[in-house]
Amino acid sequence: MAKTLIRRMKDLPSTHLFGSGTPMCAGCGGLESLHQIYEILGPRTVFVNAAGCMTLLAIYPFTPFRGSWLYTAMASAPAGAQGIRDALDILLAQQRIGADEDLNVVVLTGDGSANGMGLSATSAAMERGLDFLYICYDNEGYGNTGQQFSAATPHGARTATSTGPHGFGGNKKDLFSIWAAHKPAYVATAIGAEPVDLARKVETAKQLKGPRLIITLAPCPPGWDFDPRDAADIGKLAVKTGIWPLKEYIDGKVVHSKIPHPRLPVEEYLKTQGRFNHLFQPQRDEALLAEIQDSVDRYWDGIAV
Amino acid sequence: MQPKLLTGNAAAAWGARLARVDYVPAFPITPQTEIIETLGRWIEGGQMPGRMVTLESEHSMITAAGAAAATGVRVFTATSSQGLLYGMEMIYTVAGWRAPFVLINVSRGLASPITLEPDHNDVLAARDSGFLQIHCATCQEVLDSVIMAYRIAEDPRVRLPIIVNLDGFYLSFTREPVEIPEPKSVADFLPAYDPESTRFRASSPNSQAVAVLGGAPYSYFRYESHLASLNALDVHAEVAGAFAQQFGRHYEAVEAYRCEDAEIVFLMIGSFATKAKAAVDRLRDAGEPVGLVRPRLLRPLPAKELAQILAGKQAVAVIDQNISVGMGGMLHAELASALYGKANAPPILTSFIGGLGGRDISPEEFYEIAAITRKAAQSGVIPPARLLYTQEEYREVQKLQAIAHAERHEMGAE
Ligand SMILES: Cc1ncc(C[n+]2csc(CCOP(=O)(O)OP(=O)(O)O)c2C)c(N)n1
Ligand code: SF4
Ligand SMILES: [Mg+2]
Repeated sequence: MAKTLIRRMKDLPSTHLFGSGTPMCAGCGGLESLHQIYEILGPRTVFVNAAGCMTLLAIYPFTPFRGSWLYTAMASAPAGAQGIRDALDILLAQQRIGADEDLNVVVLTGDGSANGMGLSATSAAMERGLDFLYICYDNEGYGNTGQQFSAATPHGARTATSTGPHGFGGNKKDLFSIWAAHKPAYVATAIGAEPVDLARKVETAKQLKGPRLIITLAPCPPGWDFDPRDAADIGKLAVKTGIWPLKEYIDGKVVHSKIPHPRLPVEEYLKTQGRFNHLFQPQRDEALLAEIQDSVDRYWDGIAV
Repeated sequence: MQPKLLTGNAAAAWGARLARVDYVPAFPITPQTEIIETLGRWIEGGQMPGRMVTLESEHSMITAAGAAAATGVRVFTATSSQGLLYGMEMIYTVAGWRAPFVLINVSRGLASPITLEPDHNDVLAARDSGFLQIHCATCQEVLDSVIMAYRIAEDPRVRLPIIVNLDGFYLSFTREPVEIPEPKSVADFLPAYDPESTRFRASSPNSQAVAVLGGAPYSYFRYESHLASLNALDVHAEVAGAFAQQFGRHYEAVEAYRCEDAEIVFLMIGSFATKAKAAVDRLRDAGEPVGLVRPRLLRPLPAKELAQILAGKQAVAVIDQNISVGMGGMLHAELASALYGKANAPPILTSFIGGLGGRDISPEEFYEIAAITRKAAQSGVIPPARLLYTQEEYREVQKLQAIAHAERHEMGAE
């Protein structure tokens, strides 16, 4: 069982490993969480990236990382991780490199890649027991192409391809459970707005071997339609309303790391974002609001606390 | 040394074994599968070191191959047909990583209709990707080409991945006598891979395959790959020379068979060139001055050699085992562009499409091609491109159609 040293804000590292000046939008929740994750992972990492917003972190000749980076394609970042991990293991076994040259292999993709095009490669990497950490920043849509709905878009959200009066008709795919069903080493949900919880999860994941995933909900000002300065508050509301449960799958069990109590009504979260405007204007869509609240309630009712 | 009877697939596997590959990402597909089965057996049986990993798709397989090569190990992989196309996004992508490795393609026609039998549309779909391409005509050439391919691809002047192609069935499953070189002499010829700065290490952070903004850096890196590919022309010549010294077998970028005094020349790639050679011999027996040109290296295209060899010929008959739908034979177009405006270029190029989906090309058809091409040379009139197809085959297909109609009728359909 992994031991975590971080207990409160004071314990968080503040080395600012991650460079500034990236072209991510102001208030980008994905970047916020990556910052924090990188502080703990450290520079002995190679990020294997799939097509998405974060692809633009490394633009020739700049990179915000102290460590390494490989961009692959939208569907196959986990396979890239496989190739690097295997090659490093081969080099270690042949003593062509020492253990001091080894790297943590970290996949970095958005929700679109993680839930859709890349899911086959991800599932296969888990089935092979690949030793890697997968970071999925979940902005709940194909952000880089202008926020069309993805398999991670929540019910009712307006996106560039769900512009009707009821928003997105589908439901957010449960990537956490899909991963957990593979019985990997570790799965967690987190969010940049809860830094201690996030840091503890990264610390835990870092100490484990095998397939590991951390999904961070990534409030996205242009995609979700809110003012960048509200990003952290919206993130906190996602947790407090219970729409984004913070949890871990470890040692075969699911544990909630933060149980919102009392749980705020979900509309407190929804009304902060233009993508849910149609639920409130021109008049309240009581049926859809109730439906969304109900699905949150049912989730928490199903949790043995 | 006593030659052994080996299939083309076994020869490819021997090439990988002798090249001391570290890593084999794999995925099964007919007619390639025997290669990875053979390597898997050797690795599991301890006859060869190395690690084989079966990915869940060729898209992932090629990603893993490129990523491992970019980490600095020697990588071998193999596919065919639908597999190559499934991975095509990554074929282009990893070529740009400039991390060398060898990919065997065992040629097989593409869907639709789906078939297992060979033609060259699969490998030619990768023509513009940045991968180098060597096309083999014999099982011996397959083994030798894999070994040569590593030296060419890993050369610091090149640093591009390379496809070694062999035809499904006609080579993949055909046993031919093959000399298996001594591991010691292969090691002398092919030293361990030095990835230089193309690698991932904790002490030397590296960003590979990063995005660019704008056309200036994009054009720069794309064209750099093109220039590196062109460097492979000289590198191939050097490597072929060194190979001949070490093993006594010489491979030119373009094989010219009985061409010196030829007036009419066949041009084709792959194992069917062996059939063309036999036809050349028969035609020569009959007093016809005919030759054969077989580009072995297709990327980079040895345009200068082709122009030199073909200078002064009356006509070239290009036999394409592929079809660019809406245009015709791809080699025909490639050759036309290589020859256009060159001094003494043959004035007549005829175009024949044959051998699609495993269809054989008979000796009589080669004679007929020669006759049509000679006539074109005499009259100066180039005939339209032709599909090699017999009345008999046409009747066979009509029979199948008749059965299909009857079955449909039987089922109660209109
Ligand atoms: C094969 C392929 N199809 C489509 C695209 C276009 N594309 C680039 S990024 C992207 C969205 C990715 O969404 P996600 O994984 O959620 O990352 P985000 O953009 O939200 O950061 C798409 C569709 C692509 N790069 N590759
Ligand atoms: S679109 Fe959203 S996820 Fe992408 S960079 Fe901007 S804020 Fe971040
Ligand atoms: Mg997204």
